[in-house]
Amino acid sequence: MTKNYGSIAYLAKIFQNRGKIRKMLVVDFPPKKRLSLRWLGLNSFAHFNDARPLLFIKGENSLMNFQKTLKATLLGASLAVIAATGASAKTLVYCSEGSPEGFDTALYTAGTTFDASSKPLYNRLVEFKRGTTEVLPGLAESWEVSEDGLEYTFNLRKGVKFHTTSFFTPTRDFNADDVVFSFERQLKKDHPWHEYTPGTAWEYFNGMSMPDLIKEIVKVDDHTVKFVLNRPEAPMIANLAMDFASVVSAEYADKLAEAGTKEQFNQQPVGTGPFSFVGYQKDAVIRYAAHPDYWNGKEKIDNLIFAITPDAAVRLQKLKAGECHVMPYPAPADIADIRSDSNLTLMEQQGLNVGYLAYNTKVAPFDKKEVRKALNHAVNKQAILDAVFQGSGQAAKNPIPPTMWSYNDAIEDDDYNPELAKEMLAAAGVENLSMKVWAMPVQRPYNPNARRMAEVIQADFAKVGVNVEIVSYEWGEYLSRSKDVDRDGAVLLGWTGDNGDPDNFLAVLLGCDGVGGSNRAQWCNDDFEALIQKAKTVTDKAERTDLYEQAQAVFKEEAPWATIAHSVVFMPMSSKVTGYVMDPLGGHWFDGVDIAE
Amino acid sequence: MLRFLLGRLGLLIPTFFGVTLVAFSFIRLLPGDPLDLLAGERGIDPERKAELMAQMGFDKPLWQQYIDYVIGIFQGDLGTSFASKKPVLDEFMTLFPATAELALCAIILAVCLGIPAGIFAAVKRGSIADQAIMGTALVGYSMPIFWWGLLLIIFFSGILQWTPVSGRISLLYFFPQVTGFMLIDSLLSGEKGAFLSAVRHLILPSIVLATIPLAVIARQTRSAMLEVLGEDYVRTARAKGLPPRSVIGLHALRNALIPVITTIGLQVGVLLAGAILTETIFSWPGIGKWLVDSIARRDYFVVQGGLLLIAGIIMLVNLIVDVLYGLINPRIRHT
Repeated sequence: MTKNYGSIAYLAKIFQNRGKIRKMLVVDFPPKKRLSLRWLGLNSFAHFNDARPLLFIKGENSLMNFQKTLKATLLGASLAVIAATGASAKTLVYCSEGSPEGFDTALYTAGTTFDASSKPLYNRLVEFKRGTTEVLPGLAESWEVSEDGLEYTFNLRKGVKFHTTSFFTPTRDFNADDVVFSFERQLKKDHPWHEYTPGTAWEYFNGMSMPDLIKEIVKVDDHTVKFVLNRPEAPMIANLAMDFASVVSAEYADKLAEAGTKEQFNQQPVGTGPFSFVGYQKDAVIRYAAHPDYWNGKEKIDNLIFAITPDAAVRLQKLKAGECHVMPYPAPADIADIRSDSNLTLMEQQGLNVGYLAYNTKVAPFDKKEVRKALNHAVNKQAILDAVFQGSGQAAKNPIPPTMWSYNDAIEDDDYNPELAKEMLAAAGVENLSMKVWAMPVQRPYNPNARRMAEVIQADFAKVGVNVEIVSYEWGEYLSRSKDVDRDGAVLLGWTGDNGDPDNFLAVLLGCDGVGGSNRAQWCNDDFEALIQKAKTVTDKAERTDLYEQAQAVFKEEAPWATIAHSVVFMPMSSKVTGYVMDPLGGHWFDGVDIAE
Repeated sequence: MLRFLLGRLGLLIPTFFGVTLVAFSFIRLLPGDPLDLLAGERGIDPERKAELMAQMGFDKPLWQQYIDYVIGIFQGDLGTSFASKKPVLDEFMTLFPATAELALCAIILAVCLGIPAGIFAAVKRGSIADQAIMGTALVGYSMPIFWWGLLLIIFFSGILQWTPVSGRISLLYFFPQVTGFMLIDSLLSGEKGAFLSAVRHLILPSIVLATIPLAVIARQTRSAMLEVLGEDYVRTARAKGLPPRSVIGLHALRNALIPVITTIGLQVGVLLAGAILTETIFSWPGIGKWLVDSIARRDYFVVQGGLLLIAGIIMLVNLIVDVLYGLINPRIRHT
């Protein structure tokens, strides 16, 4: 492989600018006469069975001409170009489940898009430690938070290089301008990049309430940036590790703005991440190459390919046939088969999610906590786990998953006890209750089959004399109607964590601000609210843990939801793959991954 | 002939408006909108939503949106995809060659096997061979595409390992798309083995997509042949002492082909519908999957534009069929 990609790219640029060649080749000679090559200009690679290099020269296809040009330029520029080594390029193929919508991460909200954009291509000021939700330094080496919790000052890492690609050659290292640009374009409505392409929404940034939270972003010097907030927000650091906070190149943006091709920013991305963008054939293949100057060290694999394969059964066949090395989202029915295959490894991890049934606490008789509590005793969670999750789930007793810090394990779950439930309902004066249970029309990680789940609940509730009617709507409609404060019925829904902070579950799903919105129980409890609001302002983790543990106790006592399950996520891969770590936040990362020969 | 052509072209205008109106209204009749779906469980602030709807022009009255849309079409602007932020026409042009290549291979396969099979079955009417061919055709016609595709993948790619599982070409090859047709581009690239790889990737999807049209064509050919074989001029030809090959190949087939060509033309619609499932199974980057994903996302402009372009292609193919029909059978162009 090439040793100094930067200088080669530079040279290729000279060649191209002078119009001497269309594409330039960088060749290496692996054993058995197989030649793998990468040509700049299209930045691709290919394998051949013979060792004749393929040379493209503008206008004609002559080897001699190319050599002459190369010699002349080489002598002139006195650059060493081609470094041949004995090792062949290592390529890892990931059978991804869908196509990315684009590559400018902050425009989107889907995990599939994040996997293809923010994770391989970009870095953030802070990063999640792989496999955890713990936050580590990323592009910021360190940071300080002011006493009042309103100012976050980040000391940026020096010498971080942006990708050199066929479409962009950076002239400077990463600095404070890039950070300011990355956030201001999302924050300021009058920013020239705020609406750079039709339908620009910055929906994650908005969804996390960042416009209300961030007052300004100040460049202190080239390597220091200060975020000034409107109010203290303890999860701020965790928010900055999220995908929408990926840092993009301000220099590249300027170059595109000058050329009048701003929309390229979303199609030909440039970042500082472990892999650089090589090419995307829509709905088919995305290609990346290891970033040779990556600040955290070059990756062990040279090329990363996403082979887009929407069907789970076909992904498994490709994995078995060796057409890819890693696949996400296996069909639950295939798990046993994958386990028994000695060529495959099956990794599993508890997802950072929760599936729940939210009563409408504003509507009688569900405004009485005794009724809600009684119904919780009527739900047979084990039957749901068997019927719906087929072994890939775990019963939930708290609104946050057990892998999240501050999970209160001391809480006792409402046991399955139909007799007790009947007594409690009678004591609350509820007879012949009829209610609706809403079943989502889609499959989600926290609920693989909501219709089936609703049927199990229907049968459970019938045993305590409660008659259930199952209703459903189209997904967008479901999400929107379930927010209504006077909604009729209990809603099956769930949540997957964004940043590993308990605030992201408890405040979003159960806080008073969420009533009429993401708080589907329409539940606003003063004790609970006081605890979570206080936890937002405190930066000490031990103190926050204590507050959240108390909040979970209030939640359990008040029972606005029947907490149902946390799912387990599976990840099958070839046994040749080493170093893969599953992300509790559900992302797919390939830095640090290697393949055995 | 010119009058015939103009008449046919004139019919396209109301059809075109019909398609734009249907595509425009149907996607909007579906409940839910792109922003709710984009925001997911997190939800979107109603004010923010109104602002974004206005930004995309969805706050205008529907009739005005429709007029803007039709005016846009005449200016060559089919709108921009909400998801990818790219012009719909660009996306279509990138993806359509893949669908066209697959559909062409499938229809060639279906015609090359279906017509001879139909002729053979008609000539050997009532024989075991006839019953076997028609029985197989019935099975093919009733085959659920998704199941059939997976079955072929598991058998030929999984167990026998003769064909690759999915995709258009081996990942080892990466060359610029010139025509978008992988068979042609792989030859143009000059890379050794690329063409063969593209062919190998086309085999299973073509078989799956060709299955239903093949069955339909075989059955249609058989019944058309049977009808023609009973005609007086065939008896006359036989009586003249012409060898059976000439009777069937020259006199009977030419007349029997007329309804078969209509059938083939109609199969284009079937192929594009079948392409949706076939493309999903074989990870084929075509327009079928693109449209289905866009419906799920309520990507209005992609659905409208995509349907219009597909309808345009079907209309074009039908026009060609009508013209061919007229060439083969002079009676039609004069009525």
